[in-house]
Amino acid sequence: MFARTVASLAAIATFVAIDGAAAQTANQPPDTMAARVEACTPCHGNKGEGTSDVYFPRLAGKPAGYLYNQLLAFRSGRRKYPPMNYLLEFLPDPYLEAMAEYFASEHPPLPQPAPSEVSKDVLAQGELLATSGDANRNIPACVSCHGPELTGMQPGIPGLLGLRAAYVSAQLGAWRYGTRTAKSPDCMQLVAGHLTEADVTAVAAWLATRPAPTNPVPVPKGTYALPFGCGSQPN
Amino acid sequence: MGLRLSITLLALAALTTAVQAQDKTSDKTSDIIARGEYLARAGDCTACHTASEGRLFAGGRPMPTPFGTIYTSNITPDSETGIGKWSADDFYRTMHNGRFPDGGLIYPAMPFASYTKVTRADSDAIFAYLRSIQPVNQKNKPHELRFPYDNRQLILGWRTLFFSEGEFKPDASKSAEWNRGAYLVEGLGHCGMCHSPINALGGTSQSDAFKGGLIPMQNWYAPSLTSNREAGLGDWSIKDITDLLQTGVSTRGVVYGPMAEVVHNSLQYLNNEDTRAMAVYLKGIAEASAPPPPSSALPTTESSLLISLGKTVYDKNCASCHGTQGEGRPPHWPPLANNQSIEMQSAVNPIRMVLNGGYPPGTKGNPMPYGMPPFAGLLSDNEVAAVVSYIRTAWGNRGTPVSAREANELRSAPLN
Ligand code: HEC
Ligand code: HEC
Ligand code: HEC
Ligand code: HEC
Ligand code: HEC
Repeated sequence: MFARTVASLAAIATFVAIDGAAAQTANQPPDTMAARVEACTPCHGNKGEGTSDVYFPRLAGKPAGYLYNQLLAFRSGRRKYPPMNYLLEFLPDPYLEAMAEYFASEHPPLPQPAPSEVSKDVLAQGELLATSGDANRNIPACVSCHGPELTGMQPGIPGLLGLRAAYVSAQLGAWRYGTRTAKSPDCMQLVAGHLTEADVTAVAAWLATRPAPTNPVPVPKGTYALPFGCGSQPN
Repeated sequence: MGLRLSITLLALAALTTAVQAQDKTSDKTSDIIARGEYLARAGDCTACHTASEGRLFAGGRPMPTPFGTIYTSNITPDSETGIGKWSADDFYRTMHNGRFPDGGLIYPAMPFASYTKVTRADSDAIFAYLRSIQPVNQKNKPHELRFPYDNRQLILGWRTLFFSEGEFKPDASKSAEWNRGAYLVEGLGHCGMCHSPINALGGTSQSDAFKGGLIPMQNWYAPSLTSNREAGLGDWSIKDITDLLQTGVSTRGVVYGPMAEVVHNSLQYLNNEDTRAMAVYLKGIAEASAPPPPSSALPTTESSLLISLGKTVYDKNCASCHGTQGEGRPPHWPPLANNQSIEMQSAVNPIRMVLNGGYPPGTKGNPMPYGMPPFAGLLSDNEVAAVVSYIRTAWGNRGTPVSAREANELRSAPLN
């Protein structure tokens, strides 16, 4: 009799404990990365697919190492965009890494390529730069680093598809003027430094017209050799 | 044979004691260094003396002031560009009396007006720690202050009005815990540097200590720590206060803006006893009596229109996290109902929260905080004013409505 009372009391106690725990979690935000990055999604889209704002880049599917490098650069102010610099200021490295991994592992479909506003000649010039470069002017082909399908390479080289022309030209401009820098040696600065205003317009416009590749995933590290060294891509 | 053996044994014993003694002194030095490191955290020296992407304590961080830009000093033990040639006396003089070793006056941007309360023993420990870190050879940047503020003699006037030198004097009528909290808050914590009103001369008078004020240049309002209508913690539980200080979030509210920096760089590192002592003191200094409710500057018809638009904006954009009744999901999604920090007379902080969003600091106790999106690009001035007016007055909150103009002015507030 006595033993049973104790047993049933213990059972009740268990229920109370379960009940308490359930109430606790019900009252908490979901314990997921998706809930933790809700501060980012109005600008970057729920899965990092981008939004209608042409300056807000897609994040989804880019190599995690690349995204992490960008988050570190925004946190320290080396890459400038005040609303993001502010959000990240007091977040620790492992958390930024988790955010980078979260967006890298999302694969929403790439957007439809936008109809271009530039002439056929300009697009042809863009294509030439991207696929062959211009040896006379020391411009390597973009595909030599960003990959034959422009899908990027793990861990540090981003794909260049699914980005709007306005965003790509703003980034190339930022490198030319030194407001965006990457880990040294900053190979993108060398590349952008050799581009003229007209080159930037052309290559940005051509990239934005590209259809989605069959496999948009960045190729594994070491799939091909880079024409010269990049600090963001340890070998 | 027997004799020799015992002599060797004696010698050995002597050696062991010598070794032990040596162990003890080096043990003691490393204890002092560790304590100094802890105290330097409590003083948040790094917030000012380490530049973004710069070396630890090498200085060079710009501090914008209404009088121009001040650059912080290199306080690493480099003998050419840092404080490598300083003695413990020199260092104590800087902390305690705001003077360089040659007697020159230090700008009060270095919080010596608070650090003067630090004991000699604690000052020595911080100095021992600073001597133990990596020296960095980096020249101090000259300040860029406008005439006449570039003349250090002006500091004399400031000192006469606002500086009183003196180590902390415990209040015998209060508990040891309260006194420890007071020592940390008034001294190393230099909480008063932000949480007191700053007058036109850039000073704070003793009688206004912890009464709250707008931080110049940053456009954040550091609330009063004594008034329960602001951030007075009189009716908070000790646990909520210690959670806020140690982890940056609590069931009553969260930290953001400059206070996120303080928790991130300093308060999260304090041990449980010291955190509790600060909480006991902070709870103790809150005023018992509630001052009269503030009155609104806006006409009532305008405010009732605003508030009904505000409810629409809120239900669409905010309720998913903060709840339809402002109940939130504490501590991660803070409650807005009965949250002092949005009801204060100054609406600067809630307006900026809506415009800029934010993350509480990542801390040991809360390493992956939840965030709030910035609404600057999503809502018009009128909608920002409306939603802030709504959260300040709904659910029994006793704040006042704000105007679209106030919202507009804060769009240009600096974000760093
Ligand atoms: C107010 C809109 C906004 C918010 C909120 C925002 N971002 Fe961004 N983000 C941008 C813009 C704009 C850029 C491009 C900035 C530039 O010009 O360099 C960017 C760039 C980035 C990049 C670099 C992308 C690339 O391909 O180089 C990453 C990574 C990123 N954001 C992650 C985040 C994360 C994570 C959050 C949430 C913690 C966040 N962002 C919140 C607008 C925003
Ligand atoms: C030598 C290798 C290399 C070449 C050649 C190169 N890139 Fe890059 N690119 C990189 C690396 C590495 C990064 C990542 C930099 C970082 O970590 O911020 C990058 C980043 C970029 C970005 C930023 C993407 C984003 O989401 O913000 C753009 C845009 C870009 N490159 C365009 C180009 C174009 C256009 C060309 C050809 C004209 C080109 N790149 C050629 C290595 C290269
Ligand atoms: C709110 C910002 C701030 C904080 C916090 C701060 N300092 Fe300073 N400190 C300064 C500034 C600014 C100067 C330069 C003042 C001047 O040139 O008159 C300075 C100067 C000094 C100097 C004089 C060095 C020299 O040669 O110029 C020492 C030593 C010093 N600080 C130590 C500390 C220590 C130790 C702490 C932490 C307990 C600390 N500071 C916290 C802003 C700060
Ligand atoms: C650099 C300026 C600065 C310093 C130094 C500072 N604070 Fe704050 N504090 C603020 C600002 C701004 C706010 C308003 C934002 C907020 O509520 O987080 C604030 C808010 C607070 C709040 C209210 C939080 C809430 O949710 O209601 C408390 C309590 C507080 N501070 C305590 C302290 C203590 C204790 C210290 C000293 C150890 C300190 N502060 C030092 C700027 C500062
Ligand atoms: C994705 C969830 C989310 C949404 C949506 C959201 N918030 Fe927040 N809110 C938060 C978080 C997380 C914090 C703490 C941020 C910090 O400490 O920097 C916060 C803090 C605040 C604060 C400061 C509270 C305090 O304790 O002082 C106010 C005011 C606020 N939010 C108002 C709003 C309003 C108004 C909206 C809608 C326009 C909104 N929030 C939308 C998550 C959210």
